[in-house]
Amino acid sequence: MQLEQNFFKLFDLAEDYHLDIHQLSDRYRVLQKETHPDRFAQGSEREQLIAVQYTAHINEALNTLKTPLKRAQYLLKLRGKELCPESSAPMEPMFLMQQMEWRESLEHISKSDDPEAELEALDDEVASTWRQMEKDFIAALSNESELEQAVSTVRKMQFLDKLRHEIEQAEDELLDD
Amino acid sequence: MLLQIAEPGQSAKPHQHKLAVGIDLGTTNSLVATVRSSEAQTLPDVDGQHILPSVVRYHGDGAITVGRKAKQQASQDSANTIQSVKRLLGRGVSDLQQLGDQLPYDFSGDTEGMPYIRTAAGDKSPVEVSAEILKVLAQRGVESLGGELVGAVITVPAYFDEAQRQATKDAAKLAGLNVLRLLNEPTAAAVAYGLDQEAEGIFAVYDLGGGTFDISILRLNRGVFEVLATGGDSALGGDDFDHVVAEWIIAEMGNPSLNRDQLRSILDAACDAKQQLTDDDSAKIVISDNDLNWQGQLNLAQFESLIEPLVKKTLRACKRALRDASVTADAVREVVMVGGSTRVRHVRNKVADYFGRPPHIEIDPDRVVAIGAAIQADVLAGNKPGSEMLLLDVIPLSLGLETMGGLVEKVIDRNTAIPVARGQEFTTYKDGQTGMVIHVLQGERELVDDCRSLARFILHGIPPMAAGAAKVRVTFQVDADGLLNVSARELTSGVESAIEVKPSYGLSDGEIARMIKDSFSHAQEDHDARTLREQQVEADRLIEALEAALDADGDRLLTPEDQAILRQGIAQLSQLNGGSDHKAIAKGIEVLSAASDEFAARRMDDGVRRALAGHSVDEVET
Repeated sequence: MQLEQNFFKLFDLAEDYHLDIHQLSDRYRVLQKETHPDRFAQGSEREQLIAVQYTAHINEALNTLKTPLKRAQYLLKLRGKELCPESSAPMEPMFLMQQMEWRESLEHISKSDDPEAELEALDDEVASTWRQMEKDFIAALSNESELEQAVSTVRKMQFLDKLRHEIEQAEDELLDD
Repeated sequence: MLLQIAEPGQSAKPHQHKLAVGIDLGTTNSLVATVRSSEAQTLPDVDGQHILPSVVRYHGDGAITVGRKAKQQASQDSANTIQSVKRLLGRGVSDLQQLGDQLPYDFSGDTEGMPYIRTAAGDKSPVEVSAEILKVLAQRGVESLGGELVGAVITVPAYFDEAQRQATKDAAKLAGLNVLRLLNEPTAAAVAYGLDQEAEGIFAVYDLGGGTFDISILRLNRGVFEVLATGGDSALGGDDFDHVVAEWIIAEMGNPSLNRDQLRSILDAACDAKQQLTDDDSAKIVISDNDLNWQGQLNLAQFESLIEPLVKKTLRACKRALRDASVTADAVREVVMVGGSTRVRHVRNKVADYFGRPPHIEIDPDRVVAIGAAIQADVLAGNKPGSEMLLLDVIPLSLGLETMGGLVEKVIDRNTAIPVARGQEFTTYKDGQTGMVIHVLQGERELVDDCRSLARFILHGIPPMAAGAAKVRVTFQVDADGLLNVSARELTSGVESAIEVKPSYGLSDGEIARMIKDSFSHAQEDHDARTLREQQVEADRLIEALEAALDADGDRLLTPEDQAILRQGIAQLSQLNGGSDHKAIAKGIEVLSAASDEFAARRMDDGVRRALAGHSVDEVET
């Protein structure tokens, strides 16, 4: 496959954490019109195979770029820093404490008087920490000497991302009752 | 056999209309549709009937009856008459036990495998039964259109999992149909209404058939139809309306004791009354057969209060689906009605009230899914060059692998755009471990037991190493129909193993080949004829595609020498294709495909480059 391997370049986008999601989906659609297997439904088997490979690559690029966390991880990867999910490098104790506190309050929320409101408050708090981390990440990424800082920020973002999913799940469960 | 062999350089045949159909393979009824003179329409049989009841009867002498006749005679031969086979497609024997004892068939086969229905003509798998329905529809297409079909788009419920989709495709293969695409039923309905032309929005498709109710919430975002949520009730439909009316009639009669035939007469009368009330405000009911003599009047208000609890039930399912999709009713931009039971005015009114807008009812709700499928088939067959329509799809359920402790590690998350390929690395957990079980699962839950097991295979021959030293890369590939291929490879040694995921209750390729062979009255020459025909079609397709590509881009992307080589290859394959040696044709296809690979890739790259070069012009606003 001769397709551009760098996902940002593939969509002709600047290699940046900030990204216009509409532009991304517009260009995604433009590319899909060229490569989607449906365009080759009457083509030969090989052509269809190539179309599937190209489209899969473009879909992978889309899936990577459209999610903030995956985008951040990918930006690090482009700089030769691949994060391994189970990496056991030590985390800042303060951050871990905060994590434990949040998780504990999440566990207790279902028993509280107004679980919905509390869940929302927790969500807001986590979201604002997330935004701060995004800023830290962007700043660290722009400076080569702070690359390790960027790595450690993304590791924190992974924690937060997981927590946010759990908050979402708790919200779903609340609605199901 | 007549083969059109075009002169090199004259192959662009823009006016040549390709024959393709859309098929709605339904639980109760099936239809086939096509686009003729730029209008999509369903095709009738010789008696003018568009709807084919999805009923197959196997006779002791090997004869097979499909459709209305089989349905009418169902009560005489219920054990050999298969109805609602769609409920069995892609299911294991253990799944069927959950369907309850509403199935009047004998099953053979163990509890692990696929259910085979015992009939007078031998054991039949649900795939074979479905193939009989598809054969009739395909034949109808061939006869009405007067030529061979290049392929079909077949619709499946949005909630169909990988096993059920695979089974549908297997059935098509068995019926000799080339599947252009499997399309989600609600997406097809939306396409029939041209909703894919809109930029974005959330759509609800309310599908109330004879015996099932489905609600789907779709999101369209720049050509990508995403199924946000599905819900419904697999045992709720228009038949239940008939039942409540029949109960009312019986009560009015003073609750006499009734035999089966009398009950049937009352049910028929109830159904007539229901249909009368779609237009009139009152229905006269006259029952005068099977020793029954009764007359009565059912007015609209009475009817509506009778069916009210049933309609409410559907709205509760809508509410749940909206909640699952995390959208509110007023966020829904359009509502599409599917299924004959949506003709009932009360249903339409209640749905309109609930969503706060009138639903789409302009297209016959029985035919709308087939019509949408036909529109996509027309585009995929290449009859609409320049068509903007591109339906992108996502996988409905996450796919993953079993890891230590009975947990599932997701490899591809639900709602990922397809086709997609993704790999993940795993390692051995014991010293000297030489094999690894790859257990493929589908579902959102974390525990293996809560997910659906799709396949299990073993990667053998890993060289003995310390625990954690081997690196096994497992790759999942999902094609545009949502079908999965899994391969595993140990990276340090290169040991490899791959399977096309066929669930334990699916059919293997060998079985399908055998069934195809069997279906040709076990004559080897018939089988060879089919193989030859398939190769010829593939060769034609390759030749035509390559000629069109050379005409369009040959001068730009290839040297004159390379062009000459390909033209020569085309001429050689054309010559082979006139003969009857299917193996030689297959070899010829192989050779020419390999020779043109590079050209195909170059064209794709070029297309991508030019598409992006144009984006600054196309992107008017974002």
